[in-house]
Amino acid sequence: MAILVVAEHDNALVKDSTHKVVTAATAMSGDVDVLVAGANAGAAAAAAAKIAGVRKVLHADGATLAKQMAEPMEKLIVPLMANYDAVLFCATTTGKNAAPRVAAKLDVMQLSGIIAVEGPDTFVRPIYAGNALITVKDEQAKKVLTVQPTAFKPAAEGGAASIEQIAAPAGPFKSAFVSDEMAKSDRPELTAAKRVVSGGRALGSAEEFHRVLDPLADKLGAAVGASRAAVDAGYAPNDYQVGQTGKVVAPDLYIAIGISGAIQHLAGMKDSKIIVAINKDEEAPIFQIADFGLVGDYKILAAELMAELTKAGL
Amino acid sequence: MKVLVPVKRVLDFNLKVRVKPDGSGVDLSNLKMSINPFCEIAIEEAVRMRDGGGGHVAGAAKEVVAVSFGPEQCQETLRNALAIGADRGILVKADGEVEPLAVAKLLKAVVEAEKPDLVILGKQAIDDDCNQVGQMLAALLDWPQATFASRIVLHETKATVTREVDGGLQTIDVELPAVITTDLRLNEPRYASLPNIMKAKKKPIDVKTPADLGVDVSPRLKVLKTAEPPKRQGGIKVKTAAELVGKLKEAGVF
Repeated sequence: MAILVVAEHDNALVKDSTHKVVTAATAMSGDVDVLVAGANAGAAAAAAAKIAGVRKVLHADGATLAKQMAEPMEKLIVPLMANYDAVLFCATTTGKNAAPRVAAKLDVMQLSGIIAVEGPDTFVRPIYAGNALITVKDEQAKKVLTVQPTAFKPAAEGGAASIEQIAAPAGPFKSAFVSDEMAKSDRPELTAAKRVVSGGRALGSAEEFHRVLDPLADKLGAAVGASRAAVDAGYAPNDYQVGQTGKVVAPDLYIAIGISGAIQHLAGMKDSKIIVAINKDEEAPIFQIADFGLVGDYKILAAELMAELTKAGL
Repeated sequence: MKVLVPVKRVLDFNLKVRVKPDGSGVDLSNLKMSINPFCEIAIEEAVRMRDGGGGHVAGAAKEVVAVSFGPEQCQETLRNALAIGADRGILVKADGEVEPLAVAKLLKAVVEAEKPDLVILGKQAIDDDCNQVGQMLAALLDWPQATFASRIVLHETKATVTREVDGGLQTIDVELPAVITTDLRLNEPRYASLPNIMKAKKKPIDVKTPADLGVDVSPRLKVLKTAEPPKRQGGIKVKTAAELVGKLKEAGVF
């Protein structure tokens, strides 16, 4: 089987998620090639060639690929699929945007966000925001998959794959990039953060939300999240929302402060490695899934936690 | 401008998901079903394009048509969309699971009959979490797409769409006709008022079958089993912040 992995990169660096998708591809047992599509992305292509287990890097370079938009990515990848049995994208906004276009053009049903490879054609993926897992057999002649990177270990460095230049698709396209506005926060991005500190409605106001959570997040190098109740009450912006209809996170450490633990919130964070809950209601559902629970007034406990973290050298 | 909005009937987002003991699927019997939250946002945006609000000029859209694929009960989902303000509905009756590729093909047939200038739909359904239909439809029609929209500005022949991407926002222009999929921040859907719910009952819903549209909806993938995710071990209560930090150290967090 020949497998194409579409690299996640910023033209200079290949993101760690690419290494993880290579691991998923390797588990399907086949020859794994990596596609680096970008503009002036030679450095990224060179980095992709160093991923262990990669046979060949295809490097397509051109202005139309600068932002890896869905239309040019489709035009680039669909013809390449004459030589491949499967194509794997990262389940990031870039991958999720382009993959279904490729699948539709190949007349193939896509598998989204796989978390395990059980065989060359058998995969596990979550549904209902991770509240159920389905095992799916995909016997289509061509397979199109997006891979949940947090579910796989990164492939090692140390490969020496050859790099083949291929042509970038020519325009015109019916969509055009206008601008980027990347969050300038010093904090990590919520869905990629190793630590997350989240607040709920118990915090009572936007001022209190930031007064309590911001210093803790800064101390821990954590991203800040919120429950839907806190977002609906206006304490935190919508993009902070962790939950079924918000962001799904799985950090090493998730600290929930003043969050009772509604089903829809739990669905967005229950795969975190360690969950800490601070809540004054000892019956709150969040304690049923928390590894460590602290019952009491968050005002006092958050301040004590700050002091203890400082003592611990953080 | 005519706007087509596909809507999906899903398990209400507040309900607990239960896997059937025999692993054959998720138990939906006798549970409340609702319109998928992202689809509700899509309907709201389309209605604002017609009536004004949310940055849209009244009259930008002339007609909002809602379409749903699934069992007879999808009529309720369509009535919900009509109560928010869609003008009429189309139900394509299909039993069992219809995969996103088949939905995209059915939608393509509806688009060819209805000739909308814009299709706006939810970025994903909260049941199968596929996040595919909009992109697949755009590909099948050779239309441009703007997924995960948090802001839409309509112009004469194009739309400027701000997209929620990992790490921030991206703004793109798409020529019309186009497919746009909605993210959470696009708008806050209204609660349908009682008079509007009553009015919705009188709005027309056209009923079709996949055969009428010439689309084969047989599934491509085989679901072998459905399982509960591994349960979390019940944790412990600690007494003090100091004890908590100690436990986190033991667990290797710091």
